[in-house]
Formats: sequence, C-alpha cells, structure tokens
Amino acid sequence: MLEIIDLHAGIADREILKGISLTVRAGEVHAIMGPNGSGKSTLAQVLAGHPAYEVTGGSATYDGEDLLALPPEERAQKGIFLAFQYPVEIPGVTNAYFLRAAYNEIRKSKGLDEIDPMDFADLVEERLRLVDMDREMLQRAVNAGFSGGEKKRNEILQMAVLGPRLAILDETDSGLDIDALRVVAHGVNSLRRPDNATIVVTHYQRLLNYIVPDRVHVLAGGRIVKSGGKDLALELEARGYDWLVEAAPAGVAGAAV
Amino acid sequence: MSTAIETLVNRDYQYGFVTDVEADTLPRGLNEETVRAISAKKREPAFLLEWRLKAYRRWLTMKEPHWSNVTYPPIDYQSISYYSAPKSTKPLGSLDDVDPELLRTYEKLGISLTEQKRISGVAVDAIFDSVSVGTTMKAELGELGIIFCSFGEAVQEHPELVRKYLGSVVPYSDNFFAALNAAVFSDGSFCYIPKGVKCPMELSTYFRINSADTGQFERTLIIADEGASVSYLEGCTAPRRDTNQLHAAVVELVALDHASIKYSTVQNWYAGDANGKGGIYNFVTKRGKAAGVRSKISWTQVETGSAITWKYPSVILQGDYSTGEFYSVAVVNNHQQADTGTKMIHIGRDTKSTIISKGISAGHGNNSYRGQVKVLRKAEGARNYTQCDSMLIGNQCGAHTFPYIEVDNNSSVVEHEASTSKIGEDQIFYCKQRGLSAEHAISLIVSGFCKEVFQNLPMEFALEAQQLLGITLEGSVG
Ligand SMILES: Nc1ncnc2c1ncn2[C@@H]1O[C@H](COP(=O)(O)OP(=O)(O)O)[C@@H](O)[C@H]1O
Ligand SMILES: [Mg+2]
Repeated sequence: MLEIIDLHAGIADREILKGISLTVRAGEVHAIMGPNGSGKSTLAQVLAGHPAYEVTGGSATYDGEDLLALPPEERAQKGIFLAFQYPVEIPGVTNAYFLRAAYNEIRKSKGLDEIDPMDFADLVEERLRLVDMDREMLQRAVNAGFSGGEKKRNEILQMAVLGPRLAILDETDSGLDIDALRVVAHGVNSLRRPDNATIVVTHYQRLLNYIVPDRVHVLAGGRIVKSGGKDLALELEARGYDWLVEAAPAGVAGAAV
Repeated sequence: MSTAIETLVNRDYQYGFVTDVEADTLPRGLNEETVRAISAKKREPAFLLEWRLKAYRRWLTMKEPHWSNVTYPPIDYQSISYYSAPKSTKPLGSLDDVDPELLRTYEKLGISLTEQKRISGVAVDAIFDSVSVGTTMKAELGELGIIFCSFGEAVQEHPELVRKYLGSVVPYSDNFFAALNAAVFSDGSFCYIPKGVKCPMELSTYFRINSADTGQFERTLIIADEGASVSYLEGCTAPRRDTNQLHAAVVELVALDHASIKYSTVQNWYAGDANGKGGIYNFVTKRGKAAGVRSKISWTQVETGSAITWKYPSVILQGDYSTGEFYSVAVVNNHQQADTGTKMIHIGRDTKSTIISKGISAGHGNNSYRGQVKVLRKAEGARNYTQCDSMLIGNQCGAHTFPYIEVDNNSSVVEHEASTSKIGEDQIFYCKQRGLSAEHAISLIVSGFCKEVFQNLPMEFALEAQQLLGITLEGSVG
C-alpha cells in the first residue's frame, strides 16, 4: 500500500529526514517510536503533504502512485488521514459542519453525490459512540477551546467518520489518561480492516498494549535505526532509546524493514 | 513544493455586464443649473429645490475629506454626469410598464420584479442608475399602512413626511459627500412604518449602476413610528468598467418610541480588476437616530465590493434606554481599500451599543476600522461593547484599527477588545488534510471568523453573503 524508499526531507537548509525506507501493506499496523526531535512528526507531515517541508530525495509510492506528486487534499481524498499531534483550531466552524464538508469532498472526488444529511447524522451518531463522545461536541467549533484530550479524541472521531485507507496517528496517545487511551485504542481497533493500514507514531510503549502493532520501527536522528516485531516496543520500554541512538552508525541510511 | 500564501488573480465579477437601454442623461458637469434641472425633471415642490440649492451652495464651501486611510487620484466633479434614467421609465409607472430589458437585467442579477417569480416574503424597490424602476408588493404593504416606494414617489405622494424627516438625521451640511448628495440626489427608497405595525416582510432596495461616467447619488429614508418595526436589506452591483465611478449615497433612519429598524447591506459594487483599475468609489453616509424611548437601530453590513469604501453607519442614541448595533464584515482583496466603521453617540440614559467588526484583508488590500464611541454627560448608565477583529490572508495586505473613545459620564462602561489573526498555512493545511481544497478551506475559515455578523443577517441573505465572501477571496491563496 505504502512504499517509502530512501526519503530525505527538511525545511530551509536543514535536513530532518535522512533516508527513510518503510513498507506498509494492507491490513498492517506499524508503530514508529523514537526520542523527541527524531523526525517522527516530520515524516507524518511529509506523507500528508505539508508545504513547509521540502522533499530532497527518495520516493513514496501509495497504491502504486507517486504520493509526493499529489497535493495534500488529493492524498486525503485517496484515503490518507493524519491525526495531528497538535490539532488546529478553526473558530466559528462547527465540528458537524466541518465533518460533513470533509466527508462530502471525499465523496465528490470519487464522483459520488453528497450524502443525505439524515444519513450523515446517523453515521456520525454511530461513530460518536465508538469514541465515546458527546453529541454536543458536534455543535462546538472545531478544536476551539478544546482540552488536549478532547482534541485528540476529536481527531479519532474525524478518522472514524472519514474511514481512511491509511491512517497516521501522530502521538494521539500523549496527554491522554488511561481511560481516554483505551477509548482511542478501541476506536482504532474497531476500524481495522484487511484493506486498510495504520501507522501509529508514539513516544511511549503504553499505547501498544492496546493497539498491537505488526512492526515496530525506531526513528532516531532522521533515520530508522531499528525495526522489529511487537516485542521491540517492550524492549524499548525497558532499556530506553539511548543504546540504539548510540549504536546507530553515522551515515547509514534507513534500516531494513 | 512550499506553496506560500500569495495572491492569484481574482475570479470574474459575475455582475459586470452592461444593459443596453436608451437613457436620458444630463450632460457632465455640476452647477446650480444642474441642481435645478434634476429637481425639474422630478417635478419637485419648491421646498425641496430650496433645500437642494442650500446644500449645493454649502458644498461649494466644503473640502473633500482626506482623513481616511485610503488613497485615490483627485476626483473631477465636473466630469461626472449627475443624472441618468432609462428613457422608457415613466415616473410613477406600474411594474407592467417597465421596459422588459430592465426586468431581464434584474432577473440576471437574481432579482425578479415580476409577479410570478418574486422571492416570497421580500418586497423590492429596484433602482437603476438615477431612478427607481419599480417597487414590488406595494398593495400588500399598503393594506397595513406601510409606505414603501421610490423617494421620487414619496416626494409627490407624501411631501409632509419627506419634509419632516429629510435631513433630520444627516443634515445637508453634515459632510462633503452628504452635501453633494443633498444637492443632486436623484432617487432612492422611502419607507414609513406606521404606529404599532410590525412589517411582515423584508423590505429591500436593489441598486444598479449601469451608465458610464454617471455618479449615483441616492437617498434612502426610513421611518419607524412608535412601536413599529422593520427589517430592510440593501444590495448593489455595477458593470465592470475601467474608470472609477462615484457612489455617494445617504441613508437616514428614524426610530421613534419603542420602534426598531434593522438595516442590512450586502455591498458588491464592482471592485476594479486585479490590478486596481476601475471600480466604484463608495463614499456613503449612513446614520440612524434612535430617537424614542427604548428604540433600536441595528446595522449589519457585508462589504465585499468597491474599489474604495468610506462608510460609517452610525447611531445617535437619543432616546432613553435606546439600543444601537453595528455588525460588520469588510473584505478587501487585490487593490481594494476600505475605511469603515461606526459611530455610537450616547445621549440618552441607559443607552446601550454593540459593535462587532470583522475585517478581512487579502492580496494588496488595505482595511481600516474606524470607530467612535461617544458618551455625553447626561448618558447615565450608558454601555458600549466593541469587538474588532482583523484577519490577514497573505503578507502584502494591511489591517488597521482606529478606535476613538470619548466618555463624559462616570457611570458608563465602555469595553473594547481587538484581535488580529493570520490565516496560517497550518489552518489551511489541516483542512486540506481532510480533503478540502484551498478555496473551500479559506471560505470555511473566513465564514467561521464572520459568524457573529452573519447570524445577524436575514436567513436568505446570510447564505448569499457567505458565498459572496468565498468569491471575493477566491484566488487569494496560492
Ligand atoms: N516546521 C519546523 N520548523 C523548524 N524546525 C522543525 C520543523 N519541524 C520539525 N523541525 C525540527 O526537526 C526536528 C524533528 O522534529 P519532529 O519531526 O517534530 O520530531 P518528533 O515528532 O520526532 O519529536 C526537530 O529538531 C525540530 O525542531
Ligand atoms: Mg512529534
């Protein structure tokens, strides 16, 4: 589904991603872990097409198509969803309106008509239950004045409504208490399908108790320094990152998947 | 790959067409004869001609104001024609007599003047260049004693009302453009709501400038008698032309005891092209007098057009416990300039005013809010709340705020809040990541920003205003 080969990207003159290679197949869950500042969010943003980052080398192919050539809205319309580490506030625009606008835009890109508002209300109602959110959240402005936890949950609600093929969750777990974490994980797990995939970016192993990954990758200094199965996360929990960061030989481009 | 926010060319102005009708146009130039000629064409009573002449003589002694934060080349008042009317329009004619070409023009603008296709619940006075071409729903309104007609017709049919209220809120000596208007105004709308009557439908005036080199100087007078209420909407468009055209209107509102007037404007005059060539100079004086006890005047404006906007819809809060409101969205794109705001003059006790101003600047646009809150000595317990927000789209536009606060009464409370925000790449990117286009994202973010103003517009027009905003800002993001 997604194949990243030797991806280099950065801002201005500074290279942040220094050769990332990663393959994600349909049905898989990949976890990306690593210390602060290692480039996890940058990778997520580059995949989503944030204009602040410049890709200076390598490639990313999504369903056989050159992902990096697509504008961000087309990537979204083709099923890529990014749950932001820092969700953006849009004052005055209700969640309900925003969700429907996004949902219809995606339908439109597939040549479908706008959804009937009643049908949409039913869909949202059901998805609200999935993330254990109150209906009145729909009438609040998008993320405006939300607590950190509410923002994260709101991202998962959007994901649940839009039903992406490839979801990238950027530290959706940070700042959540254990109950909220369970809710978020339950949401993600119930949306798992054989034909979609999830990349979970996280700083802590904790979330991976609830969302069990097929592969775990450690990102440090803009490179993937180690990849393994779900047990790698436990090892990281026990030993920290230092042993990997120090062991990573300078100049080696991304480890094998 | 980094797409900074930058200006692209604006989308075509949808209303830029010209209607081909034979017109009765006065030669260019302005002198006493011009004033007399206009008055004669309209068969006006002597008092009105006298008033016009006094205004004209006063105007000669006045200087064009240049304190606003806008720049434009000098206006040659002798190169303008001060009167233009489609030839086929008979004064006081019924809608059946209106030239089909004019009816088609209004159809194209989305306004149907013919019986069958009218917007339900809205009465329209259609003004084409200098004259009213027709007013709908007159019979229905007449049954309630409501007078809604062109200004010219009011002068003929209700001279006593015109005489009593004309200039009572905006005297001819008020300012340069108001004096000019008083001297040469050609038509406009007139509305009188009798005691205790709540007007059951929206009243609306649609202004259309068609002729080239013609100034438009219309005058609107609305009176809500004791306990009466009315909601009024004004819309306007003009053809696309390379030269600037002057629009200097005056609107006067009078609300007596317990009366309320809600006046909404969706201003969409031609703004000039992307390089700032052409467009309307919109120099307008709008003022309401909340004259009576517990009277209320509320202005809502959505200003998207015009090359230059100079406009301060104001309220004189004379009656005790009276209320004044001003809700404004002003958008500038390309090379548009706007200097707009309001004045709230608190005279009566326990008077209350609210000002919500939302300025949006894109392209090379320059947007200024200028607002005065004045509390006179006797205005015990007066209160004002002002909120003034600016939004910038891109790096080459400007937003400025000029609040003037003058308080001569200790028991009054005046609050002012201001903010400036920039539509950031992050906000747009967030929307795009959910599948929205840049245009859709901007229009969504901007509508959210303007929500408090839009929700004060009559329902039918809130949507129109929102779409208009989207069109005005189209292409403002790269
Ligand atoms: N938009 C940006 N502007 C400046 N520096 C940035 C930007 N995005 C990321 N960086 C820098 O790149 C590095 C990686 O950041 P990030 O991808 O956010 O790491 P992580 O998500 O792993 O904590 C950090 O040093 C950070 O300061
Ligand atoms: Mg991060």
